[in-house]
Amino acid sequence: MNCREATRLMSEQQERELVLRERLPLKLHVMMCTGCRNFGQQMHTIRQIARTYAKNEDKDGSA
Amino acid sequence: MNKKLLSSVHGEAAPDKHPILTDPVFLTDLRKQMLKFATLQLSDGHLAEDAVQEALIGALKNANSFGGRAALKTWVFAILKNKIADVLRQKQRMVNVGSLLREDAEDEDFSALFDQKQFWHADERPSAWANPEAALHEGQFWHVFEACLDNLPEKQGRVFMMREFIELDSSEICVAVGITVSNLNVMLHRARIRLRECLENKWFLNEERAS
Repeated sequence: MNCREATRLMSEQQERELVLRERLPLKLHVMMCTGCRNFGQQMHTIRQIARTYAKNEDKDGSA
Repeated sequence: MNKKLLSSVHGEAAPDKHPILTDPVFLTDLRKQMLKFATLQLSDGHLAEDAVQEALIGALKNANSFGGRAALKTWVFAILKNKIADVLRQKQRMVNVGSLLREDAEDEDFSALFDQKQFWHADERPSAWANPEAALHEGQFWHVFEACLDNLPEKQGRVFMMREFIELDSSEICVAVGITVSNLNVMLHRARIRLRECLENKWFLNEERAS
C-alpha cells in the first residue's frame, strides 16, 4: 500500500464501508505513516467543516 | 432584496410580532449568504435566485415559530438545501453531454504531491491540524474555506458540495451528474486532497495568521 492508494481508500471510507482486504493493509500503512494518519483525521474534520458550513451555524458570530 | 419578496414577507408573516422580519439588514444579509451558497452549487445565477426566493418565502411564512435569528437561519438553510436538491434532480434530465466529456480535462497530475512510488513528498506530507474545532468559530476561517472551495475545478467542487452540503448519496449524485460511482469516487478523492491541502496551507499552517 502506498500513500496515494491509502488516501483514496480514506476518501472512499466517507462513502462506504471498506471491506476487510482494504481495511487491513490500510490500517497497517496508517500505523507507519504519519502523513496518512493526519490525512485520515482531516477527512473527518473536512466533513464536519462542510456540515457546519451548510447548516450555517456560528459562522460569523452574527447568528 | 427585491420588492416582491419584501412585500410577501411583510404581508404574510405579521412583522409587528416578529422584529427579525422588520430588520432589512438581517434579511438582506441572509439573502446574500443564501445566494452565495446556492450559486456555488447550481453554477447558474438564475436557478440560484429562484431557489433562494422560494426558500425564503417558504421559511418566512413560518417564521413566527422561531425564537431567534440562529434558529431561523438554520431553518431557512435547511429549506434552501431541499430546494437545491430538487433543482439538481431536475437538472439530470437536461444533462449536457458536452459538459460530461470535459471531465477528463480535469484529470490531474499528483506528481507534485506524491513521488514515483506514490508516497508523499516530504514537504507535502499532511501535518497535524491544531484545534480544528476552534476554527469553526472564526469568521475568517469561513472566508478561507470558501476561497478553497472556489479553487476546486468546477465539477469536483460541485460533486463535493452535493455530497457534503446537500448530503445526497452517491447514487443520486451519479444520476444527476451522469457519471459512474468510480468516477465519482475519483472526483471526491481529488476534491478532498485539494481542499485539505488548501486549508492546511491557508489556515492551519499559516504563520502570518498565528502571529
